[in-house]
Amino acid sequence: MRQLALSLVAALALPAAAAQAQTDDVTTYTLDNGMDVVVIEDHRAPAVVHMVWYRAGSADEPPGLSGVAHFLEHLMFKATDSMEAGEFSTVVAANGGTDNAFTSYDYTAYFQRVAADRLELMMEMESDRMNNLRLTEEDIATERSVILEERNQRVDSNAGALAREQIMASQYLNHRYGQPVIGWRHEMEALTQEDALAWYDLYYSPNNAILVVAGDVEPEAVLALAEEHYGPIPAEPQLPERFRTEEPPQRAARRIIYADPRVGQDYLLRSYLAQERDSGAQEEAAALVYLEQILGGSSFTSLMARELSFDENIALFSGAGYGAMSLDDNTFSLTVAPAEGVTLSEAEAAMDGVITQFLEEGVDEEQFERIKTQLGAAEIYARDDVEGLARRYGAGLTQGLTIEDIEAWPDILQAVTPEDVMAAAEALFDIDSSVTAYVVADRQEALQ
Amino acid sequence: MIRALTVTLALIAATPAAAEVEIQELTTPGGIDLWLVEDHSLPFVALEIRAQGGAALDPEGKRGAANLMTGLLEEGSGDMDAGEFQEAREALAATFEFGVYDDTLSISARMLTENRDEAVALLHQALTEPRFDEDAVERVRAQVLAGLDAAQRRPGTLASRRFFANAFPDAPYGSDSDGTVESVSGLTRDDLMQSFQDLLVTDRAYVGAVGDITPEEAEALIDELLEGVPESGPELGGHVDFAAPGGVDLVDFETPQSIAIFGHQGIGWDDPDYFAAIVLNQILGGDGFDTRLMQELREERGLTYGVGTSLYVFDNAEAIVGSFASANATMGEAVGVVKDVWADLAENGVTEAELEAAKTYMTGEYPLRFTGNDEIARIMVGMQMLDLPPDYVIERNSYIEAVTLEDVNRVAARLLQPEDLYFVVAGQPEGLEDNVVGPAEAEEDAAEEGDETAPAE
Repeated sequence: MRQLALSLVAALALPAAAAQAQTDDVTTYTLDNGMDVVVIEDHRAPAVVHMVWYRAGSADEPPGLSGVAHFLEHLMFKATDSMEAGEFSTVVAANGGTDNAFTSYDYTAYFQRVAADRLELMMEMESDRMNNLRLTEEDIATERSVILEERNQRVDSNAGALAREQIMASQYLNHRYGQPVIGWRHEMEALTQEDALAWYDLYYSPNNAILVVAGDVEPEAVLALAEEHYGPIPAEPQLPERFRTEEPPQRAARRIIYADPRVGQDYLLRSYLAQERDSGAQEEAAALVYLEQILGGSSFTSLMARELSFDENIALFSGAGYGAMSLDDNTFSLTVAPAEGVTLSEAEAAMDGVITQFLEEGVDEEQFERIKTQLGAAEIYARDDVEGLARRYGAGLTQGLTIEDIEAWPDILQAVTPEDVMAAAEALFDIDSSVTAYVVADRQEALQ
Repeated sequence: MIRALTVTLALIAATPAAAEVEIQELTTPGGIDLWLVEDHSLPFVALEIRAQGGAALDPEGKRGAANLMTGLLEEGSGDMDAGEFQEAREALAATFEFGVYDDTLSISARMLTENRDEAVALLHQALTEPRFDEDAVERVRAQVLAGLDAAQRRPGTLASRRFFANAFPDAPYGSDSDGTVESVSGLTRDDLMQSFQDLLVTDRAYVGAVGDITPEEAEALIDELLEGVPESGPELGGHVDFAAPGGVDLVDFETPQSIAIFGHQGIGWDDPDYFAAIVLNQILGGDGFDTRLMQELREERGLTYGVGTSLYVFDNAEAIVGSFASANATMGEAVGVVKDVWADLAENGVTEAELEAAKTYMTGEYPLRFTGNDEIARIMVGMQMLDLPPDYVIERNSYIEAVTLEDVNRVAARLLQPEDLYFVVAGQPEGLEDNVVGPAEAEEDAAEEGDETAPAE
């Protein structure tokens, strides 16, 4: 589901600083240059989280440059016109704060946690590096070694991560979710300063960014600071519409085997392409959240746990996973680690049996009510974590949702009915649009 | 009714942030000490209960008993089997977490105000009437055994097991608290019941509560929750020193990137130089990118994605421990850089600028920890376990501020011993030779997992 992010026309057309009162102590604005501002008040501790999210992630990369979004994230800690390389983090630390950044398929984000009275300094520095980054060839060489070591550590030394990379590559034939966020090694090795700067010049612009400030702050004061520091940065007129290639209809079930002696526990994973939360249309995703919980949300009370681990000794572990938030179609997956003496194909057959049985028998009302209660309570617990709330808004707004969509989500979850869940399940479970992966230590042994 | 009510208005750290965390020091009618922070802004309460002892109390030959027992606390109690217990908990939308560590058993819970009484009754049942049903025991045992098997294929785990096995050969810290295949396979229901009775006891339990609850309600809640829990357990162990010799100890493992764990004897929190030592550690390999090790290994040379050091303070042992990963081809160089950093700090100390930067960071970061009910509950229980008073939250930063350059450099010379650095490297590193004399412990007998550092994604 392709979403268009802020187009140039839309950015210019937005009224200046239109304040909208929101629930949850959330206030939003848009600056004249198109930068969105979200303020979340939580006055319980004198701290603030300052985040800038860019609507640019690895799935926006041009072919051949996998990893450039993440590479630039690292390079953003180098010099600017007014700061030395590494000085950004040094200043944050010297003010008692912590900072970091993360890159995903749909966004790149930078954040700092500091005492509330240090907010302006953070804005000063973050707005500076949005526009004034100065890279050297030495930075490129050193930081490329660092990201290659990062890939070594997180992916190449980790059989599970290598398997996930292969599964995603099998899931997406034509969409860039099939390329790893960190990049393919051979493309990472070839990344240049020009590649990084081209990415930076195009996407690191106020009309492609969202400022989220959460904590012990007053919205008007935050807006004034944002106008002062981010307001003067010109919008990028060349910012393209966010274009993503789409998946063609899948016509054949795909199966892969990943064998690696470092696999600690053999398991199977089945994944289906699944509808994600779309702006103004989050109902199907909400139903899929229930489906995920019903089938594999608890290692005690979910259907797979009951059938495969309690009633029979087929699974050592089982679970379900669904990514409700993404710009484009996400995946819904089921996984089983077989118990001692059970083969992967036996476990797969039993897992399919659970799906078939569920489609025939439908939703257990009591289980459904317990899940609904827990999803409601999760909202209360979530308010205790202002940084988590801040991430919710940043991630939502970079993944095609509006403030209204994000605010409406808890109620949409509460409005889901068992019929909705069954309809979503019927639409989802088509074996011809699935990927099944066996992840094993020893191929011969696993396929006996 | 014995009820000592001390209200401490803790103005955390005047600079740069000042938080008001009002800790009420209570004693319940049943005699349990309890620290409370009342905050009625959200309709739930977070509870943290920790009992000193933990996996270190596993009897000889029964390593893994505490771990398996703790895993079974959520697997049925009273007249409920595992599924029924979890259904009851889910219907209340309460969260219960049971954890066991080297020296502690922990129980963390969140309960909604609207059904708190029922949630307390359910958790009380788990804490007093665990069933240890045969099918549940076998299911969780199989999961633990699978985890032990998988651990054999993770170089980081193999390195950390070797490291702790040789560091603390004669203490529980030297072996994995998950146990071994042999010990876990041999555990009986009686062993689990014994472990339960030994670990969860009130006379070394510490309690914190934060959220939508009054002092009277909190006292009643804790008394109800711990009613019937035994008062005392077996004696705790004695102190041990770090025993591994300096040198490099290789664990051969086929992987593109080696993992190193290194360290030597540390320093206890009750040492007069403790605060100087944590400042030193911040400069050496603490948080962020500005540490000596991050600068030398990552920023200057691109040899690693991340490197860090920590002061490990167990109840009965201390160590300073660091870790990083580097490609096989560069691990030898990286190990050399670590030794050089160590030697340089020991000999030349830190600079005034480094000291000031570390102090500002540490004093600024501390108040930022007090966000969230469960976070504050955990901090309060941690303070109680170290016998710190409630006003430590105010005083702590002044202890950091008081550390001088002379203090840090004295502790650097005393603590950092480059020739004592014991490195375990798992992988196939180039330019490194195994030069540790004496046989390493058998792999099964080894220790806990090291911390993973995960900075920028």
